[in-house]
Order: sequence, then C-alpha cells, then structure tokens
Amino acid sequence: MNTMYTTLIKDKLLELFETEQHNIRGNATPMVNRIRKHALTRFKTNGFPTTKKESWRFTDLTPLLNTEFAFDFRNQSKSTDIEKIFTCDVYDLDTYSHTLLNGWLIYKHAPLTRLADGTIVGSLAKAMEVYPDLVDRYLGKAAATEQHEMAALNTAFLQDGLFIFVPENTNVEKPVQLINIVNAEQPVFLQPRHLVIVGKNASITLVHCDHSLTHNISFTNTVLEVFAEEGARVEHYKMQNKGRNSALITHSFFHQKENSRVSSNIITLNGGFTKNIVEVTIDGTKCESDHYGLYLVDSNQHVDNQLNIDHRAPGSTSNQLYKGILDDEAKAVFSGKVMVRRHAQQTKAFQNNKNILLTDEAKANTQPHLEIYADDVKCSHGATVGQLDPNAMFYLRSRGLCERTARQMMMIAFAGEVVQKISIDALRARITNMVEKRLKGELSICEQCVLHCNSKEPTSFNIDLSKL
Amino acid sequence: MADKNNQILEEVTGSDYKYGFYTDIEMDQAPPGLTEETIRFISAKKNEPQFMLDFRLRAFQHWQTLEEPKWAHVDYPPIKYQDLIYYSAPRKQPKYDSIDEVDPELLETFEKLGIPLDEQKMLAGVAVDAVMDSVSVGSTFKKTLAEHGVIFCSFSEALQKHPELIKKYMGTVVPHTDNFFAALNSAVFSDGSFAYIPKGVRCPLELSTYFRINAANTGQFERTLIVAEEGSYVSYMEGCTAPIRDENQLHAAIVEIIAHKNAEVKYSTVQNWWPGDKQGKGGVYNFVTKRGICEGENAKISWTQVETGSAITWKYPSLILKGDNTTGEFYSVAVTNNKQQADTGTKMIHLGKNTKSTIISKGISGGKSNNSYRGLVKTTRNAANARNFSQCDSLLLGDQCGAHTFPYLDVGNRSSIVEHEATTSKISEDQLFYCLQRGIDMEGAIGLIVNGYAKEVLSKLPMEFAVEAQKLLSISLEGSVG
Repeated sequence: MNTMYTTLIKDKLLELFETEQHNIRGNATPMVNRIRKHALTRFKTNGFPTTKKESWRFTDLTPLLNTEFAFDFRNQSKSTDIEKIFTCDVYDLDTYSHTLLNGWLIYKHAPLTRLADGTIVGSLAKAMEVYPDLVDRYLGKAAATEQHEMAALNTAFLQDGLFIFVPENTNVEKPVQLINIVNAEQPVFLQPRHLVIVGKNASITLVHCDHSLTHNISFTNTVLEVFAEEGARVEHYKMQNKGRNSALITHSFFHQKENSRVSSNIITLNGGFTKNIVEVTIDGTKCESDHYGLYLVDSNQHVDNQLNIDHRAPGSTSNQLYKGILDDEAKAVFSGKVMVRRHAQQTKAFQNNKNILLTDEAKANTQPHLEIYADDVKCSHGATVGQLDPNAMFYLRSRGLCERTARQMMMIAFAGEVVQKISIDALRARITNMVEKRLKGELSICEQCVLHCNSKEPTSFNIDLSKL
Repeated sequence: MADKNNQILEEVTGSDYKYGFYTDIEMDQAPPGLTEETIRFISAKKNEPQFMLDFRLRAFQHWQTLEEPKWAHVDYPPIKYQDLIYYSAPRKQPKYDSIDEVDPELLETFEKLGIPLDEQKMLAGVAVDAVMDSVSVGSTFKKTLAEHGVIFCSFSEALQKHPELIKKYMGTVVPHTDNFFAALNSAVFSDGSFAYIPKGVRCPLELSTYFRINAANTGQFERTLIVAEEGSYVSYMEGCTAPIRDENQLHAAIVEIIAHKNAEVKYSTVQNWWPGDKQGKGGVYNFVTKRGICEGENAKISWTQVETGSAITWKYPSLILKGDNTTGEFYSVAVTNNKQQADTGTKMIHLGKNTKSTIISKGISGGKSNNSYRGLVKTTRNAANARNFSQCDSLLLGDQCGAHTFPYLDVGNRSSIVEHEATTSKISEDQLFYCLQRGIDMEGAIGLIVNGYAKEVLSKLPMEFAVEAQKLLSISLEGSVG
C-alpha cells in the first residue's frame, strides 16, 4: 500500500523529466546534462530508498511522499528586494548573505558576483553559463549517485543553488551565508544543488540556514558538494529550524585533498522530518575532518544523521561528535561510519554519539560503525543512550538548586560541548541562546527560529511546565 | 625491526591447522538433494513421532519461500543446497552399552582430539555426549546425572523418550520462521543434544558435547535444546574441531536455551572447525542460530565463545531478557587468520524491568582475514531501568586484514542506560618493546600480549575449556610456539 505512493511519485518524476526536459536542462552544459541523464537512470533503477536499505532502516520516506506535490521547473531566479521577504535577525552576524527562494537564487543586483578578493559567489544556474569549465570539472564528482538514491534524484533534476569558487591563497573574510526559504501556497518538492570549490590554501566559512515562511507541506532534497583543495580550510554550519510539515533531506559531500581541513556543524532544533547525510572522502594525507552535530527534538519529530568518513589516504584525523536530547515522542537515528582503507595507515578516527531520552516514548537508534582495513591506526568509537547523571544531579541539588534548574543546567552543559565548537562569535551566542530557550521549553514551537520569520505579531511562548 | 616483525607475524599467522585428519568409517547417507522426500526419509530413518515430521515439513515449506540473506560482511560462493547430503550416519548401528564396543577408529579420532571419553573421563569429570556426524555414539556419566534427575542425551533419544518436553520447548526460542538457515535446520536437522535440568537442581557435572563433521559433502544440522527449570544451574560446553576436507561444508545449527525463574545457564563454546587453507580453499561455513530466553525472574544466561576456526563464522548468540531482573552476558574471542571471515556478535533484547546485559567482544585478525563484530542492544518501552554495557575491541596483526565494528543500539525508554565503546588498534610497539627488553622473544611476546588481550573472556570459560582455548589461541597465532 505504502509503496504505492513512492511508485506514483517516481512515475510522475520520470514523466516530468521527459515533458519538462527543456526547462530542466536550461542552460546547463552538455557535461552536466550527461551526468543528469546518468543519475536519472540510477533513479529509475533504484527508486526512492526504502526501509529495507540499511541506511534508511529507521527512516521511512513513504508517508512523506503521500502528497500531491506541485512541480515547477521554470527558471525563477530573479532580482528581488530580499528584505521585503525576509531579514536575518542575528543582527550582529556580518556575512555575505545569499537567499534561495523555493530552490532558486534571488538577488539584489546580479545573479553572480565577484568579490574584491576574486571569490565568485552566486547562482549555480548562471555559473553553468559563465564558467562552464569550472562547473564541469567539479559538479557531480563528489556526490555519489550510486549509493545515495536521493542524491541521484537531485542530480537528475538539478537546476539552481549556490555556487562558490574561492581562488588559491584567498581567505574569504566574512562568512558566506545561505538562507534557504520555502514560501509556497502548495506543497512543493524542491531540489537545490550547491557547489563549493575552495582552492589551494584558501579558506571559507559557510553558514547554511533552512526556513519556511508558510506551514505548507514541503519536501526539500538538497545536495551540497564541497571540494577542499590542498591546504584549504572549510567551515560549514547548518542550522535547521523548520516547521512541522517540512521534510528536509540534506546531503553534504566533502572531498578533501592533502593538508585540507574541514569542519561541519549541524544543529537541528525544529523540523518535522530531517535527514542529514554527511559524506567525507579524505583523498590526501594529513587532512583533518571534524564533524559535530546537535539535535534537540520533541513532539513527533524525526531526525536522522548519517555520517560516513572514508579515509583513503594515510595520516589523517577525523572526529565525529553527535549529541541529542529527545523529548516527547521524538525519534533520533544516528548512523556513523568510519572506513579506513588499506593504504590509509596512521589514521586516527574518533566517533562518539550521546543521547539523552527524557520520556519513555522517545526512541534513539544509534549505529556507530567502524570498518578498518589498515593496521597502524587508532580508531575508537563510543555511543551512549541514557539520562542525566544522578551524581551530578545530587551535587547540584545539594548546592540548593531545585530539580528543574539543575536539570536545565545539565542539559545546557550537555549541548554546550557541541555549541562551543562554533567559531563565529555572533552565531555561537545566538545558538547558545536558542538552545537555552529550547531546553527551557520556550522554543517548542516552530515559529521561533534562528532567523525568525518577519512576522509583525508579538512572539508568544508556549511553556509547558509539566515537561520541566 | 619492522621486517622481522612482519616475518614473525607471517609465521605466526600462517601456521597450519593441527587437527586435520579424516576418519574412514562407512557412512549411511541420504541421496544428495533436498525435497519433501528427503525430509520424510530423515524422519522415518530416525523413527520420529508425527509432530516432528509435521514440524519439519512446515519448516521446509517456509524455507522454500525464503531467500538466502546477503547482508553480512562475508563473501562466499553460492551454496548449492540441492547438492548437499542431508543425512549421514555411521553405518554400524551405534547402540553401545559400554565404551569398549565403540568403533576403535572413532575412539582414535577422539583421542587425537584429546576428548576425555576413555580413561580420561574420570579424571576430567566431564560427561561427554560425543556427536560424530549427527548420531550420538557414546554417553558417559549418565548414571550420576540420572541420580539428580538431569536428562542429557541426544536429540533423537529425547524424541523417543521425552517427546512431551521436546514438543513443549522446541521452536519456542528460535521458531522455524526465524531466518533462512534456521528454517533449513528445522526441516533437515539430523541430531543434536538435549539437556533438561529439573527444578532446584544444580547440575553436578559440566555437560559437554563435541561435534565433529566427518563425511565430505555433508551439511551438518545440529539442534541443541537446553531447558533449565526454576532455580536450577547448568554449565554446558560445546567444542568442535573438523578434519581437513576440500569442499566447503555447511554447518547450520540451532541452539535454544530456556531459563526459568532463578535458573542459570552458562553456555561455552570453543569452535575450531577447519578454516580452509591459506589460499582460502575449503573450510567450514558456520552459520548458526543461537538464542536463549530468560523466561522467569532473576534468570541468567551467559554465552562465552572462543571462535578460532571456520572459513566463515556468521552467528549471533542472542538473549531475550523477558523476565524482570534477568541478566544476560556475552563474552567472545574471535580469531581470524589467512582468508577466514567472521561476522559475529550478539543481540540483547531487553523486555523485562531491571534487566542487565554485558557484552565483551575481542576480535583478533591476522593474515588476509576479515573480522566483524555486529551486535544489537534493544530496550523496549517497558524495560525500565535496563542496563547494558558493551565493549568491543579489535586487534589487527598485519596490514592485509580488516577489523570492523557494527553495533546497533535501539533504546525505547528513558530509564535505560546503554553504553557502547570500541577501539581498534595493532599490538602496541611499547608493549612489544617492553617484552623484548625483558628477554622474551618476538613470538612469545606476541603470544603473551594476545593472550592478555583475550584474558577477560578466557577467564569466563570453565577450567577444562580454558586450557583448550588457550591452546587453540596458541595454535591459531603462535605458529610452532605453544
């Protein structure tokens, strides 16, 4: 019965690919269209991932696909006064801000801009026209469409998204912020595609936020490809704070060359359904790769973090730390995998997942996997699911704190380990504040988001004292 | 230094299987192939009651609907189920009153294995129910056991003498629908062991069964059922060595354990089936379904396994902690060498309140082998205060092998605490240096470190077994040094 929906939507997508071919192809290069075709064949064979697949065992897509989605493949990239739609309310966060509205880049002046230091930032659709060589060289090279059905689907239908190229030895001073807004009257199915190329010894910080302006059902299937060349440094932050009716699948593919350093930080505060797939390929020696995650989920939220780190070259270090607090009937899945190939000697890999369950209805599934083929390695992993430490609780209580305050304090400290890794001060302060509010129960409604929607109504807090 | 290390590692990890020999006894075989006829043949041959035949046929019908699972981290050529022989028994009818009547060749086999069946039985104090290709050929210490009311006999004998017990318990822990290999076993199992410990009895002896696969091309389908009534205790040992044969042999056994209120069952395995040669040719496929259930309050079951043999070991001795305050334990050492593959671990299903489980797994891989730990810890919503601790370490001896850890933690309530930790590393240079500096040679040092590494598990084995297990570890890893 359930599989019927997936078949229906699969058939519809395959049909649309034919009928909307002209729009979908747009100005994409022949190379991109070849990749597209290839990915479509993959999608045709593999379809949507089912719970029979190991990495989707606890995450069922079928109920989400039971919706009449509206598809629009016409180019909607345009010049708009963004401030009319949305303003970021982290006022002291100084960034180069870019906005994606329903999967298309909207801009003030030009779709593609060149910063003073030579960095190119803007629409991917435009970049395919202006810098076809650059796009051809990188696009689709990191996103493995064989293993990832949803990435195959995204690749088949890719049209627009953010494109960044940082030339060699360039340090992009301000973080580049991408705000992904969904504002639609009908249920939409969006597939933004981002491409980030960081040249030799260059560095960049990316801040990626997801928002919905309406409470309509939306399904976003994003693919981000990041290429870190020799000695490059990339910091990636992702904030997820969406409405209950939104489904968000994000693939982040990082490809690391020698001496490069990548860190990612995914913070999930609200959202109906979230699946984050982080795939790291370490292809050079002496790389560092740090991946952090925090999820604070409640009601019937479902969050699934899948993290694969593939050590293909010797002497690199990777580190994973994912933490979560689960309330109500929330469900969290963590599947981390460290793969150390035969030649990747002297690899150090650490993996840790910690969960706190606040109710008997919440559920945590965690699978920290190690697959190691080299002998001169140091790898460890750990996973815990439990509650707050009773000894620490006793200590705080004995100092005269009430149970509620003590609990909050401990939960904030628990989350703090991940939040402290954020290196942008303004963002860290904001997230700390959000996490505190969230843990105090003041943020259990989706309206209160990081960069909250531009509504004129006064914010109201729905504090459920029984939960504290 | 590094070269020398490698050379010694190679010697150590490349040593031959010492228990390779083949006993020439005439066999009574079923024709190859698997049909309903084969099952009726086996059932008739064993003079089984009707309910048993029905059970087998149900299992067979279900098996036909199943596909062979492929998810494990192991690689083997497809098994041709229709080419296997599903029944083989020593032809000389093994109805012996005393040990003297047993085929001397068979006794010789056992002596080579060091099974304390003959005079040694008194010294070792072990009741042995030796199983040679599916038919039980000798039992000792029956009398002592009988005095305490303990039933310990072959599965076929139990079917004749205690059909009501078999009917009541068989298939309750591992139903015939459980998995592909369990369904196959349920359809064609030839024999096995049955142990029943009555209420309040502490079994005076450690029960032991030695399994051996002997005839070529014979799938070995054992079935073990252990029932421990309220307040009883039993320690059960299973050990196996198989002779060198060229073709792969499938071993798909089922072990079921039922522990009632306050009962304790300790199940120890030393597994040393033939692992195949250095090129990965031949060897036994060990695809076993083992599961125990702590049915009543305060029951306790522990699995201890030392796995050094088999071309492929693919098994997860599991426990269902159903009663409140029940305890489950799993201790494992898995050694793989040459081209061996192991995908083993456990499942702990916490259903009752205040249930506890401990998992200690030590994987050692050498040569070109792959060794995986795969385990599930699940606590359901009602399993309040469930507690689990898992530790899964892997040791790599060489740069051609692989060590993998695949834990699954499913936690369904707020009061349980589930912890998992694992490390993977090679033998530390510091430890080696320390040993060498104290005048221990390289081979000895590696042996010492590996033994120390596995000690936590080996110490859980019954004494008689611990000796054999250490011997096996030595043979598997230490080459000529023993």
